[in-house]
Amino acid sequence: MFHWLEKNPFFFAVVVFLVIAFAGVVTILPNFSEASQPIKGLKPYTVLELAGKEVYKKDNCLSCHSQLIRPFKSETDRYGQYSLSGEYAYDRPFLWGSKRTGPDLHRVGNYRTTDWHENHMWDPKSVVPDSIMPAYKHQYTNMADIETAYAEAVTVKNIFKTPYGPEIAEGKAAFEKHFKDVVLPEAKMITAGMKKADIKAMVDSGEIPEIVAIIAYMNRLGNKRTQ
Amino acid sequence: MQSNAGMEYDYSIVKLFLWTTVIFGIVGMLIGVLIAAQLAYPELNYLLGEYGTFSRLRPLHTNVVIYGFTLSAIWASFYYSGQRVLKVSIAESKFLSILIKVHFGLYIIAAAAMVVTLLMGITASKEYAQMEWPLDIVIVLIWVIWGVAMFGLIGIRREKTLYISMWYYIACFLGVAMLYLFNNMALPTYFFSGGLGNIMHSVSMYSGTNDAMVQWWWGHNAVAFVFTVPIIAMIYYFLPKESGQAIYSYKLSLLSFWGLMFVYLWAGGHHLLWSTVPDWVQTMSSVFSIILILPSWGSAINMLLTMKGGWNQLTENPIIKLMVLASTFYMLATLEGPIQAVKSVNAIAHFTDWIPGHVHDGTLGWVAFMAFAAVMHMAPRVFKREIYSKSLLDAQFWLQTVAIVLYFASMWIAGITQGMMWRAVDEYGNLMYSFIDTVSVLHPYYVIRALGGFLYFVGMLMFAYNFYKTATSGRKLETEPQFRSPMA
Repeated sequence: MFHWLEKNPFFFAVVVFLVIAFAGVVTILPNFSEASQPIKGLKPYTVLELAGKEVYKKDNCLSCHSQLIRPFKSETDRYGQYSLSGEYAYDRPFLWGSKRTGPDLHRVGNYRTTDWHENHMWDPKSVVPDSIMPAYKHQYTNMADIETAYAEAVTVKNIFKTPYGPEIAEGKAAFEKHFKDVVLPEAKMITAGMKKADIKAMVDSGEIPEIVAIIAYMNRLGNKRTQ
Repeated sequence: MQSNAGMEYDYSIVKLFLWTTVIFGIVGMLIGVLIAAQLAYPELNYLLGEYGTFSRLRPLHTNVVIYGFTLSAIWASFYYSGQRVLKVSIAESKFLSILIKVHFGLYIIAAAAMVVTLLMGITASKEYAQMEWPLDIVIVLIWVIWGVAMFGLIGIRREKTLYISMWYYIACFLGVAMLYLFNNMALPTYFFSGGLGNIMHSVSMYSGTNDAMVQWWWGHNAVAFVFTVPIIAMIYYFLPKESGQAIYSYKLSLLSFWGLMFVYLWAGGHHLLWSTVPDWVQTMSSVFSIILILPSWGSAINMLLTMKGGWNQLTENPIIKLMVLASTFYMLATLEGPIQAVKSVNAIAHFTDWIPGHVHDGTLGWVAFMAFAAVMHMAPRVFKREIYSKSLLDAQFWLQTVAIVLYFASMWIAGITQGMMWRAVDEYGNLMYSFIDTVSVLHPYYVIRALGGFLYFVGMLMFAYNFYKTATSGRKLETEPQFRSPMA
């Protein structure tokens, strides 16, 4: 059979494909729908939090931070309750990371505060003297892309039935209304916990720097998922 | 026309991919050295403003060495050895002659776009699949073109039986095509929101645990089908061609090939041990990772036994040295990987520096050494010139071997140290170390790793110089050398 296949490239390719595709079908499909179910009470990310998630991706925090607490006592002692599949149901993409050069962040919202993050992202050594994490000062001057985050919310609501309310709807007008009524007030709640006057001023004038969005996202990671 | 005598092959595309192998090798490894140094000396994060942080540069390093350096070497080898084992020249087909130019042109465009978008932080965030959807489309196009070129060459071949290398190239093409397509399934949000936001942005079709499953089904098998399968294709061609020795065992080739094809895809889940993917998937991936030793070692042993009776060449020919050490590192990496895939070992190893240590055993020792050997075998035949310097190649070999040892030894120690410290408890069961303690302790190992990386990079520069001089001013050859590549 093998000799025959080696002379018939088309059938050779077909057989190779079947042999390699087999495992994927068998391992991924059986639990697919079960694994996409949210835990009870899980709320989708707000638009500001989604924008923060984009900052997290853009500055690629996941190259050094995981969001996956494994079921070991040493991990639950350090980071809290081990991670549950249903907590990730609205995470597109998943952001588990594969390396912990820094600590896990899956429940960082439970034990770090807005002003801690504000200091830490500006100068990590100011709160962790031996830190090797770089400062992310550009997050204090770059503006978060709220419109793209809103577009993502609309997309996942329409296509994947992520449970957003009627205020998330297509089009520029709906976005501008949502920005004014929901996103900006939420950003002001974040800046209320911050010290930097220029950041507060920017948000007051209707602009949201990346640092505000990423802090909103960080604060969400933890018990606030279901609150 | 059954012998090579009288056959003229078209090496125009091979030359281009040889050059990009060298250029991407320098760029990718330079970034690698920089980010390794950043972990030891964090001040180095500020050289390029927001574009120079470790986090922004790490995907650039991985993407440039995988899709720049390695893919270039693979395609150079494919277009070189593909013509020869099929006994057909690209120049015999007008269509293929144009197609390969499109292949190379699109590849360069995609590579440039990749560098720019990753620096800007435009990323889908999935490891080794960071590129956003417009680039994904270009990549799929490039891949399809390569497939058409491959099956086009096969279609007009004179040698009816496909040589072992061709099996692996076909598998590489099919495997990557399937995995890449499924893993990059994403919706561009601009088109689903009535034209809002950034047109580059997309959202994954899968969420959470499912996304992780699909990603590591890809992530692990990107290693399989880019870093393993086509590299085996290369060694199956270049080792016998350089040494003049026949492949030791056809049956072992069969067993290794079909075994590897069947087993590899199961092992992806070992990146997700102790995570929220189903337990049975984790156990299966662990078991299959162990089984994977068989086909992996099958290929490596087949290569080493091919040298039976010809071991004296190891002392005389640096290209043989590179390939024999590559096979040996392949054995090391494919033993180390399964060990890390055992659940209890993984509990310590996962998330630590042992993982990048393991990756670099494979990439520096196996992939890059094989690429260097292949390039140096092709250069005299493609440029019709003698290799510029044997002693330089020899020095590069030893320097880089030392570099790899520094790299993996330091990362083994760093990884296990950190893994043990994370879980260490005192007599009352309290955690003994704060997280930052487990970072500070790694400093010396990060320094050693950066040094190892730097030495490897110096070796890469030596290689680049040797290649450049060979291509431009090596002594001209009248006839194509049989077997051993001539070098000054």
